[in-house]
Order: sequence, then structure tokens, then C-alpha cells
Amino acid sequence: MSSVKRQKQRKVLLMGKSGAGKSSMRSIVFSNYVAKDVRRLAATIDVEHSNIKFMGNLTLNLWDCGGQDGFVENYLTHQRSHVFSSVAVLIFVFDIESREPHTDVVNYSNIIRALQEWSPSAKVFCLIHKMDLVQASRRAQTFEERTEYIRSASEGFRDTVEFYPTSIWDQSLYKAWTQVIYFLIPNASTIENLLEMLAEVIDARELILYERTTCLMVTHVTRGVEASNPYIDRFERISSILKTHKQSLAKHTGIPAGSANFAELQIKTGRFMFFITRLTENTNLAVTIPPSEHVFNAARVNIALARPRFADLDIGNRKRPVDADS
Amino acid sequence: TGKIPNTKTGDGKPRLLLMGQRRSGKSSISSVVFNKLAPSETLYLETTHRIHKESMHSFMDFQVWDLPAHIDYSDPAFDTEDIFSDISALIWVIDAQDEYYDAIQRLNTTILRLQESHPSIIIAVFVHKVDGLSEDYRTDTFRDIVQRVQDELCDAGFENAPVNFYQTSIYDHSIFEAFSKVIQKLIPELPSLEALLDALCASCRIEKAYLFDVLSKIYVATDTSPTDIGSYEICSDYIDVVVDISEIYGWERDEAEAAAEADDGGAVGDSGNKDAESLITMEKHGNNYLYLREINKYLALICIMGEDSATERKALIDYNVRVFQEALNRVFSR
Ligand SMILES: Nc1nc2c(ncn2[C@@H]2O[C@H](COP(=O)(O)OP(=O)(O)OP(=O)(O)O)[C@@H](O)[C@H]2O)c(=O)[nH]1
Ligand SMILES: Nc1nc2c(ncn2[C@@H]2O[C@H](COP(=O)(O)OP(=O)(O)O)[C@@H](O)[C@H]2O)c(=O)[nH]1
Ligand SMILES: [Mg+2]
Repeated sequence: MSSVKRQKQRKVLLMGKSGAGKSSMRSIVFSNYVAKDVRRLAATIDVEHSNIKFMGNLTLNLWDCGGQDGFVENYLTHQRSHVFSSVAVLIFVFDIESREPHTDVVNYSNIIRALQEWSPSAKVFCLIHKMDLVQASRRAQTFEERTEYIRSASEGFRDTVEFYPTSIWDQSLYKAWTQVIYFLIPNASTIENLLEMLAEVIDARELILYERTTCLMVTHVTRGVEASNPYIDRFERISSILKTHKQSLAKHTGIPAGSANFAELQIKTGRFMFFITRLTENTNLAVTIPPSEHVFNAARVNIALARPRFADLDIGNRKRPVDADS
Repeated sequence: TGKIPNTKTGDGKPRLLLMGQRRSGKSSISSVVFNKLAPSETLYLETTHRIHKESMHSFMDFQVWDLPAHIDYSDPAFDTEDIFSDISALIWVIDAQDEYYDAIQRLNTTILRLQESHPSIIIAVFVHKVDGLSEDYRTDTFRDIVQRVQDELCDAGFENAPVNFYQTSIYDHSIFEAFSKVIQKLIPELPSLEALLDALCASCRIEKAYLFDVLSKIYVATDTSPTDIGSYEICSDYIDVVVDISEIYGWERDEAEAAAEADDGGAVGDSGNKDAESLITMEKHGNNYLYLREINKYLALICIMGEDSATERKALIDYNVRVFQEALNRVFSR
């Protein structure tokens, strides 16, 4: 296991037709926009790069590729190798309300072929976006149909491509992006082992490790009775709750959303106790325990003691030059 | 005294009547505030043809009636006595994005009518859908509507009509704030609640304290220091966090399993606190934080702590909150 620190920058392409909602998603997940602010975004010109540091030695190098025809043409021809080489993940966004779904899929196939040529081992995630515009009762079926159609045009990625329905108006966005992040984290199992040990020591029902800026979950540990928690979508729900709360605090205190962090949040009820605290430079830990003051106090002490071990897995402490692409 | 909730007249419950032109947003408002419908889902609501009644059981019971746009007052079948009552509030919804001339006409006719039959009814005008308007245009539209309504009432010989105006949208907190203010007018105990909250703020150096109805996120009362929508928003958002997380982790556990967990967890039950409690400490302003405490089944106290209300004084806060809680439960003894 000598290679934990090897893969640092992971290139992620974000593609799809102009207006599909790529930049909206990116701004909400990575730049603290709220859903209703995205109307202010202008069409993306060429490629916009962002670097996002994650726990576990991962830096996302996100390429938001403007979807207007001229740009796409350019990606596929003059910039073909530049854009499509060494890609770890392609996220392709489909607008569910698109007026020309067939053209979208043809364009997708062209992208897929370029990807196959330059990064055959990449992973493809397709997001069927703006699902909020479809009436709730028809969502499942519409999604199913669209998915089948797109899969059939996925060529070499047919068997591995994953599909997620998304909307910026609910937590589905977090669900999809959490999957992407999890796929990219190189040392997820090391982190999980450490978390499991910690959970044991503090007698936690559940631990959720999430990244502080995006509020995306890195991983979680669930123990005992909590495994039957009926809210199986709770991880993305919590991401969404915390993100919204962060924005609310930022708005009220006048602190920029990027740094509007609480030092601690606690909730105590007769059924459970819960708190969120800083774990490392880039991560917070959400802890759920039985309703007991003893357990609560002991847990806080033990987490403080465990911090250095997690810090070793986190790259945020070390500053490094960011690759300049263009 | 005439206006005590839960005493007789008809079914005795205060009523909130939503009226206004078609597509002005009445059903949307009622669904968003009382049924938690997502604002974007209101696009699919159909036109209301008959009175839709919604009962709210909370710290006090009240009803929300969503009325169809075109009530024909001359129709003998339509009995105003049946609809309006002395303990109700009329909320007139005007679509600020649409032509509002007719709406104002109808509103004024209604106000003048009610002035004769139910002089003590509370009247509120929601200048609605303001989210679609630019800042300037919004202010102008609002002023214009207020002016027109008042001028016409004045012409009809009715000066200083007790009508309150609010700018609202279902896409932000404004609709909840406006509803809060209307409902507060139906609570006879309001002055005592405000006095209790003032006392609490003074003794714990709390910046702002709200008493919230947790389910609807309407605030029942706040201390008498100036209120701004920002404080309301942060408290309302905070309730969401606590309610959502409590839902996620407060699920019914199997008794036996939970007990087994309690055994090896050691002393469960040592907390003894059945009422949910929550606290947020900020990173940058070390002292600044939010505090929430369940007061009873329906109500929660939410406080914004100021720079000098330090966390170390938590014990003092706990004590004063308990005093507040007891006093409050005497006010609403149910
Ligand atoms: N209803 C709905 N609208 C959305 C959603 N996501 C984005 N939009 C809207 O879609 C429009 C286009 O969004 P962008 O993110 O700028 O699109 P883009 O894919 O980056 O477009 P290019 O940069 O030109 O490639 C905006 O007006 C958004 O408000 C969604 O989930 N639901
Ligand atoms: N932009 C905007 N649209 C709204 C608002 N409230 C309601 N609407 C829309 O107005 C339309 C009519 O609403 P509806 O509640 O059916 O009107 P009703 O006939 O008065 O009950 C719906 O399409 C709603 O989505 C608002 O605050 N802002
Ligand atoms: Mg864009």
C-alpha cells in the first residue's frame, strides 16, 4: 500500500448541451450558490476549470465545458487530445425537457467515442437533469425510458455507465455527486477503517464524514440498530440540509458562504444525540449516538484525540501549486 | 374579551380566509405554508371551484379557507354569516405581476361590505408574487396598490381602514413572515407572550428571541426589539435543520434492541431531557450562536445570541428558559 499518495489530480469533464444545467450544478455544489441564484449564470465560454481539494489525497480538477455547438466542435477536433486525455470521470448532463433529445444523444455518442479513444478506462456518469420539471408521478418512468435510450448509445461504456436523476431543487444533486466523489477517492477503505475504529470507541450509531465546502459525503459508518434506519436517502439529505444552512448563516452574518462554518452544532433529544464537529482541515464529522450525556461528552473527547490520525490522510494541510491548464 | 380561541361561536375556531382573483396564488400559498408543498410544485395546482377548508391543529386550532375567486354576494345561497365570523382574518391576495385594477375593486367592495356586517374582522392584503419584480418596480407597485386601496376607501367615506399590506412570495420567507403577523393578530395572549420574551432576552442578553410554531414555521411571538426579515429567516432555516435531523435519527426503534444498546452504552436515561434542544457555535464569531429549545408539542423557542451572551452562561440560559417555559405553559394551558 505504498501508492496512497500517488494519484493527486483527477480530471473530471462536465459536458452536455448548452443550458442543460452544468454550470448551475457546479456553482451549487462547489461555489456555494443557492438554487435560485443560478438564473444569473451566463453561458460558459469554452472551458472553465476549478480545483477542489478533497479528503484522502484527492484533488478534483473539474472542467466545465461550455456546451454551445461551436465549442463542442472544437473539443472534438482541434482540442481532442487535450480535452479527452487522462480523464478519470466524464459527467454528461442531459436536460430532461430538451426539445431535441435525439440530437443530444447523437452529440453524446460523439463525445463517448472521443473518450473511448483517449481515456478508455474513464468512468461515465450520466445525469438526467431538471427532473423537477417532470410531474412527480411520471418521474420514475420518464427516467427509466431516457436511461435505456442513452445506454444504447454508450458504446464501450455501455455496461459501466451510471445514471442519476437530478435537480438543483432537491437533494438528488447531492446523491449523484456523492457517487462521483466516492468513485474518485483513492484511499476510501483506509478512511473507512479508521472511522470504524472510532465509531467503536465512542459507541456511535452512525458517523458521517463529509467535505466542508461542498458538504458532500466522503464516507460513513453505520452500526447496530441504526442499520435499520428507514431514511435511506439520509446522507444526501444531510448534505443538502447542511449546505442550505451554511448559506443561511452566511447571509445572516455577512460572512462569505465559503467560510461561514459553525464550530459545532449539537442536537439533543430523548431519542438520540447528534453533533457535528471539525475533523480535519477539509472535513467535518457528523456523529449520532444514543441519548446519553456521558456518551456525548466521551465522544467529543475521543474525537479530539483521533484528529491527528485523520489529518495524515488529508492533503489540505500541504500547499501545492495548482496545475495551470488552458 | 370576545376573541378567545377555542371558545364558542360557530365551531369556535379562528379562521383565515384566503380571497382574491383567479390565479392570484391563494391555493399555492395555502399549500406551501400549511402542506409543505415545494413552491415549484404549485405550477400544477388546479383552479379552486369550491371552498377548500384546512384545519390546523397547533398551539391554537385554526382553519384556513381557500375561497374560489368569484363569490357572488348577491346569490342568496351565499351566506356571509357562514363564512365570516368575528374571530377571523381576511387575507386578500393580489397578483403583483398581473393587472390589479379589478382585484382592487373587488377588494374594496368586500371591505366595505364587511365593515357593516363584521367590523372587527382583521384584513390583510398580500401583494403577491413579488419575486418576479425588480427591486424598484416592486416598491412602486406596492405603493401604488396601497395608495389605490386607501384612496378608494377614503372616497367611500371610510378613512383609516384597518388594513395591513404585505409583500409576499412563496419562493422565499416573506409568505411565512406575513402569515405570522396576521396570525399574531388573532392571539389574544400576544402581549403576555411578548412580555415573557422580553424578560428572557433581558436576563440572558439574548439578541432576538422567537416563539415558533414548529410545523408551520409561523412565529407566534417575538420580543419587542425591532424585527427584520433576516433574523426570522435564520431562525426559520435553523428549525429546518433541527426538524430534518430529528426526523432522520428520531425514527421509532425496536424497543428491545434500543434497550440492549442502552445497556452497553451505559447510562441511557441520564439525559432526562425529552424536549429537543440544539445549539450552534460559530467558528469566526466564537460567541455568536443560535439556540433552540422545544417548549411543548407545538412550540419552540429560538434565540439569536449576541456577542456578549457567552456559551459559558449556558446554565443561566437553561434556568431562565425553564422559567419561561413554565410561564408559557400557564398561558397556553392545554
Ligand atoms: N427547472 C430547473 N432548471 C434548472 C435546473 N438546473 C439548471 N436550471 C436552469 O437551466 C439554465 C441553464 O443553466 P446553466 O448551468 O448555465 O447551463 P450550462 O449547461 O452550463 O450551459 P452552457 O454553459 O452554455 O453549456 C439556467 O437558467 C438554470 O436556472 C434544474 O434542476 N431545474
Ligand atoms: N412567481 C410566482 N408565482 C407564484 C407565486 N405564488 C403562486 N404562483 C403561481 O401562480 C399560479 C396560480 O396559483 P394558484 O395557487 O393556483 O392560484 P389560485 O387560483 O389563486 O388558487 C401558479 O402557477 C403558481 O405557481 C409566487 O409567489 N411567485
Ligand atoms: Mg455553463
